[in-house]
Amino acid sequence: MQVDEKTVRRIARLARIKITDEEAKSLEGELSGILNWVEQLDEIDTTSVEPMTRVVAQELKKREDRVTDGEIADAIVKNAPVVDDHYFVVPKVVE
Amino acid sequence: MQETAKSGGKSKSANLIAGATGDWEVVIGMEVHAQVASNSKLFSGSSTAFGAEPNSHVSLVDAAMPGMLPVINEECIAQAVRTGLGLKAAVNLKSVFDRKNYFYPDLPQGYQISQYKQPIIGEGEIEIDVDGEAKRVGIERLHLEQDAGKSIHDQHPDYSFVDLNRSGVALMEIVSKPDLRSSKEAQAYVTKLRTILRYLGTCDGDMEKGNLRADVNVSVRKPGDKLGTRCEIKNVNSIRFIGQAVEVEARRQIDIIEDGGTIDQETRLFDAAKGETRSMRSKEEAHDYRYFPDPDLLPLEFTQAYVDDLKQHLPELPDEKRARFVKDYSLSAYDATVLVAERENANYFEAVAKGRDGKLAANWVINELFGRLNKEGRDIEHSPLSAKQLGGLVDLISAGTISGKIAKDLFEILWTEGGDPAEIVESRGMKQVTDTGAIEKAVDEIIAANPDKVEQAKAKPSMLGWFVGQVMKSTGGKANPAAVNEILKQKLGL
Repeated sequence: MQVDEKTVRRIARLARIKITDEEAKSLEGELSGILNWVEQLDEIDTTSVEPMTRVVAQELKKREDRVTDGEIADAIVKNAPVVDDHYFVVPKVVE
Repeated sequence: MQETAKSGGKSKSANLIAGATGDWEVVIGMEVHAQVASNSKLFSGSSTAFGAEPNSHVSLVDAAMPGMLPVINEECIAQAVRTGLGLKAAVNLKSVFDRKNYFYPDLPQGYQISQYKQPIIGEGEIEIDVDGEAKRVGIERLHLEQDAGKSIHDQHPDYSFVDLNRSGVALMEIVSKPDLRSSKEAQAYVTKLRTILRYLGTCDGDMEKGNLRADVNVSVRKPGDKLGTRCEIKNVNSIRFIGQAVEVEARRQIDIIEDGGTIDQETRLFDAAKGETRSMRSKEEAHDYRYFPDPDLLPLEFTQAYVDDLKQHLPELPDEKRARFVKDYSLSAYDATVLVAERENANYFEAVAKGRDGKLAANWVINELFGRLNKEGRDIEHSPLSAKQLGGLVDLISAGTISGKIAKDLFEILWTEGGDPAEIVESRGMKQVTDTGAIEKAVDEIIAANPDKVEQAKAKPSMLGWFVGQVMKSTGGKANPAAVNEILKQKLGL
C-alpha cells in the first residue's frame, strides 16, 4: 500500500504531531515501507480464526462498585502548568 | 382547511410538514446518553457523586496518568444488562471495548473507551404512545462508554477551565433506529425511555444535571423517497428542547432543499434562546476516530445464567404495570398511563387503591392530589398527604360517611393540618346526614318557605335541582344527596 503526502499530513494532524515538509516527504516512503511489510500478513487466510485477545487463559478482571479512590485534587493538578482553584487552565477551546 | 391554517404550516396528515413543493416527512433517530447509576466510575474507584469540588472525584486512572490501567466496575455491567432486558433487547454474552481517538482538553486519555463493533446490547424496542396511538420504536444497540470531563468557557476571556470529576463516569449510549416521524414522537420516545430507565434504577434520568442527554438525528424526505441526508443535533438536554430542535431543523432543511440547495451532513447545536440550530464543526475537521480494540481490556464475557439471574430480579416495568392497573383496578388506559409515568406515583396510587375502589382512588390521586401537587410545584415524595390518609378519605366516601363535596373539604384539612381522616370527620361533625327524619325536616322547611317555587316545580320538574341545592345548603352539605332527591320528589309529588 502506497501512502501519499496528503495522507501523511492527515495522519500527523490526527495525532497532533507537527511535521516539516522534509519530514512529510521522508515519512511517505517510511510509512509505505512499513505498511508493505505488514501487508505480507494478508497472504494468510484467517477467515475462520477468532482474533487472539490473550496469550494465557484469563477473564476480564472486575471490580466491586465501591468508592475506593479519588479525593486527591492536589496531586491530580500538581503537574499542570496553570491551575486555578484546582481546575486545569488551558487555552480557550470553545467551538 | 381551517385546521391547516390553525396549526401553522402543518399538513393534514398529522406527521407531514407542508412545504412550497408539497408535503415532507421528517425522519428522526436518537442517540441518548444515559449516565449509569453507580457509586464509582466505569474503570476506576472514584466517586460519581454530582456537584463536588473541581477535580476531587478524580483518580490517577481518570486523569490518565502514565501506567494506569482500567478495571471494570461489575455493577455497570449489570446495569447495562438490566437496561437491555428492559428494552427487550438481545444481550451479547461477549462484547469488546474499543478506543475512540480524538483530542480535547477534557479527555486526558486522548481517547474514550467505548464499544464499537461489538456492543454489550443489540436490537430491542420501546413502545411509545402518541395521541392515543401505540407505536413500536426499534432500538439499534446500547453500549457502555466513559464520559469525558467538563470544560468551562466563561470563567476567563482567554482560558478554558477543565474539571475531570465526570471523566470516566459510565454512560450507556442508547441508539434508536430512524423510526420516529415527528417532534411529538421524538419527545414521547425520550420520555418513555427515561421512564423505563428510572423504573429499572439504571439511570436517574435527571436531565438538568446532564445525566440524560440526547443527540437528535434529523433528515427530511418526500413521503416514500429514500432517506435524506441527516444532521446530528448534539446534546439536547430537555424534552421540550428536543421537540423544538426537531421542528426548526426540519424546517431549515426543507427550506434549503426547496430553494434548490443540498443538505450537508454535519453536527449542529440547538440554541434554545434563538430558536435555531447552527453548525458546530467545520467540514474539514471530518471525524476520524480510528477505533481499535483497547489492549488494556479483555473482551467482556458473561454467561446466560448471569443474564437470567438479573432478569429474575427486574422490577415490574411501566408497560406491565399499566396493563395490570387497567385489569386489576378497572382504570381507563389514560388514567393508567398517567399513574405509571413515574414509579413513585404508581406506588402511591397502589397504596391508596389496594383493597378499595380503584377508579375512585385514581380519581382522587390524579385529579385532587396530583392537581394540588402540580399547583404547588411539589413531587409525590413531598406530599403532605400520605397514601394512608388519602386511602382513609376514600374509605369514608365509599362507606357513605361523607359526600364527595365534604370529601373535598376534608382533603383541604388533611393537606393543611394533617390528621386522621375518620377522626376529623367525627370531631368536626362532617358526617353525611342519612337520617331521613333530619332530611325531611330540612325539606319541609324549604318547601314551607318557598311556596312560589313549589308551584313552579310542579310545571317544570328540572326545578328539583334548586331544591336539592337549598337542602344541601341548609344542612351544610352533609345531607346524603340521594336521600335528599328521593324525599324531595316524594314531597313535591314529582
